[in-house]
Amino acid sequence: MTTASASTITVPLYRLAHSRTGDKGNRSNISVIAWHPALWDVLVDQVTEAAVAQQFAQRRPRQVTRYLLPQLQAMNIVLDDVLDGGVNDSLNLDSHGKALSYLLLDMPVTVPAHLAPHFGGPAA
Amino acid sequence: MANNANKLLVGCAAGFSGDRTDAALPVVQALIASGQPAVLIFETLAERTLALAQLARRTNPDAGYEPLLVYLLRPVLAQCLAHGVRIVSNFGAANPHGAARRIHALAAELGLARPRIAVLQGDDLSGPEHRALLQGALGDDMPTEPIVSANAYIGAQAIADALRAGADIVVCGRVADPSLVLGPVLAHYGWALDDWDRLARATMAGHLLECGAQVTGGYFADPGYKDVAGLAHLGYPIAEIDADGHCTITKPPGTGGCITERTVKEQLLYELHDPAAYLTPDVVADITTARVTTVEADAVRLEGVLGHARPATLKVNVCFESGWFAEGEISYAGPRAEARARLAGEVLRERLHGLGPLRIDLIGVTSIFGDDTSRWLDAPAHGNDDARNDARDVRLRVALQHRDHASAQRLVREVTALYTCGPAGGGGVRTAMRPRLGTVSCLVPRDAVAVRFEMVD
Repeated sequence: MTTASASTITVPLYRLAHSRTGDKGNRSNISVIAWHPALWDVLVDQVTEAAVAQQFAQRRPRQVTRYLLPQLQAMNIVLDDVLDGGVNDSLNLDSHGKALSYLLLDMPVTVPAHLAPHFGGPAA
Repeated sequence: MANNANKLLVGCAAGFSGDRTDAALPVVQALIASGQPAVLIFETLAERTLALAQLARRTNPDAGYEPLLVYLLRPVLAQCLAHGVRIVSNFGAANPHGAARRIHALAAELGLARPRIAVLQGDDLSGPEHRALLQGALGDDMPTEPIVSANAYIGAQAIADALRAGADIVVCGRVADPSLVLGPVLAHYGWALDDWDRLARATMAGHLLECGAQVTGGYFADPGYKDVAGLAHLGYPIAEIDADGHCTITKPPGTGGCITERTVKEQLLYELHDPAAYLTPDVVADITTARVTTVEADAVRLEGVLGHARPATLKVNVCFESGWFAEGEISYAGPRAEARARLAGEVLRERLHGLGPLRIDLIGVTSIFGDDTSRWLDAPAHGNDDARNDARDVRLRVALQHRDHASAQRLVREVTALYTCGPAGGGGVRTAMRPRLGTVSCLVPRDAVAVRFEMVD
């Protein structure tokens, strides 16, 4: 982890959330679910449509739409036209794009350091 | 508990065609032990599966239902029939009548009384009598290539009617997956078809169940982050659905896996677009106010789901012949494996020039994150990827599609020829060709689709 400032750290998104990908046609939906409610506000702040579009730049989604479900501390990210046509048209081994949740989870996010005790995974 | 006595239990023993075939027995045993009214579902029909089933039926008129049908049913058919556990499934695929005949033969082989099987009909719109309907609905998207299958996603009503008419087993072709659960719930509780909130709640119970183990710890484990015990013997899910449609998800005792708020949330959002408007033939479900709570270990409750009026149309999926897909792979290992693999890729690009876009993957360096046009492959390294081109175990994969079989097959021949014509130390060539099936969707008016069930005694 690198220190962005005295009170924030930059970590991969997988420290803040877990995720699952689904697909329909040329559209991928990726959930982002906070490990802990205390992480919800920073997820909303950091995992924006623009940030996701940047993370997926080489896949050139036509549109990125974020739906918030605060009651579940979850968001649903929908990326249109990101699967090279989808399961019937793509030449990808993973034509469903099932691995893409982990492309998103690798995205760097900047987090107040005091939230570290709520991170997912091994203690730092 | 006495107040559970009339709550319906629905178990799911398969989430797709290709799922494990040994999941049903613990589920059925748990359903029977509960003493509650119970139904078992199998979901085995993805988009592509139905088109492939239609192709199978062309060469063999008795085929076209789920190939693993007998594997799925044999372990549990006797107990289900003996204890009144009804079975509802889309394993009829492209030949629901064929599936019914096969189930009757299985029952006879097992020495069981002949079950009452209801076969749902109406989803298949591939016949000439429906061509004008499809043309009108698809317009310019109407395929010019031969159509392999066309199926409407029908809803729960006919399933409920079939169960009320006394079916032991309901065999469907294409039906909306959550309807496999909503149908039995409607038959059990007798809700009105416009009781939107209740329909939506039971629909979301169906959505949690329809992928089998995906809610019980499957498609979830991530060592050190999400640990799941017993992946080799995952318990499949059971939903207890109350008279208002709220559900609690559990699994059979003594099985592997887990049900947590995390597994439920991941499945709840799976294949969803706008959470305020999850469309099915039966209802529009709204999960924006949904809550997920742990009742006890491996028991999670879903509440707060609302519903709105069902769509005026039904979705139809049309599959058509779409040429050929060819892929080939060759491996390189040890010093400079990556450079040798990259060189082989360049050779193939040159040899296959003019056949259309060639996808290149370097498995072991970068593959499934990449796009078909190699923007990813050609871009600077991502994240912690090493940019020194020194991977020591790399499998080159190339793929293309072409209308014409002989042209697609050139990829197969060129990859094979790398044994003697390519870089040093290349080995393990594997190649494959598959017919491609394109799909296109449209919407048709509900009353254009005549859904009914036929009891096959």
